[in-house]
Amino acid sequence: MSETLTKAAARNIFYGGTAFFFAVFVALTVHSVTKANAIAAANPITPGVAAGKHVWEKHSCVNCHTIMGEGAYFAPELGNVWIRFGGREDPDGARETLKAWMKSQPSGVEGRRQMPQFNLSESELDSLADFFKWTSEVDTQNWPPKVSG
Amino acid sequence: MKYQSQKVALYYFAGALALFVAQVLFGTLLGTVVVAPNFLADLVPFNILRMIHTNALIVWLLMGFFGCAYYLIPEEAETELHSPKLAVIQFWLFLFGAAAAVVGYLFKIHEGREFLEQPLWIKLAIVVVALMFLYNVTMTVLKGRKTAITNILLLGLWGIAIFFLFSLYNPNNLVLDKMFWWWVVHLWVEGVWELVMASVLAFLMIKLTGVDREIVEKWLYVIVAMALFSGILGTGHHYYWIGTPAYWQWIGSVFSTLEVLPFFAMVVFTFYMVWKGGRSHPNKAALLWALGCSAFAFFGAGVWGFLHTLAPINYYTHGTQVTAAHGHLAFYGAYVMLNIAMFTYAMPLILKREPYNQLLNMWGFWITSGAVSFMTFALTFAGVVQTHLQRVMGMSFMDVQDQLQLFYQFRLGAGLFTLLGVLLIVWSLVVPGKAKQAAGYQAAE
Repeated sequence: MSETLTKAAARNIFYGGTAFFFAVFVALTVHSVTKANAIAAANPITPGVAAGKHVWEKHSCVNCHTIMGEGAYFAPELGNVWIRFGGREDPDGARETLKAWMKSQPSGVEGRRQMPQFNLSESELDSLADFFKWTSEVDTQNWPPKVSG
Repeated sequence: MKYQSQKVALYYFAGALALFVAQVLFGTLLGTVVVAPNFLADLVPFNILRMIHTNALIVWLLMGFFGCAYYLIPEEAETELHSPKLAVIQFWLFLFGAAAAVVGYLFKIHEGREFLEQPLWIKLAIVVVALMFLYNVTMTVLKGRKTAITNILLLGLWGIAIFFLFSLYNPNNLVLDKMFWWWVVHLWVEGVWELVMASVLAFLMIKLTGVDREIVEKWLYVIVAMALFSGILGTGHHYYWIGTPAYWQWIGSVFSTLEVLPFFAMVVFTFYMVWKGGRSHPNKAALLWALGCSAFAFFGAGVWGFLHTLAPINYYTHGTQVTAAHGHLAFYGAYVMLNIAMFTYAMPLILKREPYNQLLNMWGFWITSGAVSFMTFALTFAGVVQTHLQRVMGMSFMDVQDQLQLFYQFRLGAGLFTLLGVLLIVWSLVVPGKAKQAAGYQAAE
């Protein structure tokens, strides 16, 4: 490596540059947090949505499914499942479809991926539906490209 | 090995190797479930298997890092470890926490967020373990010699502990949750973990090639500068589609593309040092792993990361098997190989077995590396087909998965060979060889 760059100079560039880029990152994060809070202001996180997120975590759905593309890629994307189930046109129908789906698992069909039966209560199922509805309304820059997720 | 307290690293290496086997074993179980979905379905569902697979990986890599630090820091600081006893207590506490987590997972006790499934008390125990560790190594460095290697390593290890604290923050707002989840996940693996990687590689280069410390340490600063200048804002490539502002598409695309540079620099660095050093160190296997680490990290983290990091491409590939392909090769190249390089270097010295026959270890290297590469290719092809069918044609997820079965069968085969390779590696490190390596090498550090 060039003799013109001394070790001390390289060290100073590292520490100074890291501080600079981290500061920029923090500033942009703060701005993005205000945007995330604006999403919650426009579309309030009701107790049902919060409880639904808890149901989502309690059964670690993310370790099979994905949500906004993040998860385990073993089962379908659920960030837009509300839309896929027709929730925009017929919210009650989508809610009933979701509940029926959850209650009918596992399918037991040979050669099909099996979703466990989580024995969710009516209120847990309603919360989960609230959570999926809320998530489907987040502005994800038009992702996913197809409703298939 | 110059200091008695370096021996404490052996606990960590042994624990890490045991968890390494568990991680790969659960990986093959997952690969089997994907091919034969009814397998284990009534006993342990996929999500539980997966959290054990990923958590075992993370814990053993961290355990390996701790071991690397306990071996490296006394030698760099030229003083005994502050408290070997504390290091042993810390090991058992960490191992107990990891075991308790896994047993809990089998009984469906977890917090459910990806990679951060540990129940709160285990997360807090991890913080305690981290503080014990940081206290121990920081005190050692403070009373001893300060080198660039220990500076960077300590910065990386402190960063690991500090960013882990964000795992305790779980807001009801999914967008915020995701943003700060990445403060743990991305700022670890594409941030502070790279500091650990670069500093351990620098240590190995000094030991294995005999190149002058001044040259190695200057390279180290340049590499870690590139890593953090690109990697911090590179977090933006996770902020494309999760409800965050659109400007992240530009920031993430530009800076995460630059994340390839530090990995390329590490390839140039390691190969150039070996060429320049010209020293014939008897531990050929350690050198093989060190060079393999930089090369595979460049392909896995660098090239395979770049494949899908540009926002217009990621729009179609996000959350497909392309991501899985990248994840496997990146972790293997950057962090698995780094740890095995250090274990291969340090374990014979701690166990006083040098010079020994390393044929088995090198077979482990080639079989595992070949198998993980093949797995990556299979998943990459699966991901490309999936991207087209699902994201362009709009076919439903499960219909697309049916089309990927052949790739998943290849992946399972590669997984079984990975398991075989890993068993060879562990065997070669743990069990003393019968055949001594040909005499004639001069004693080396």
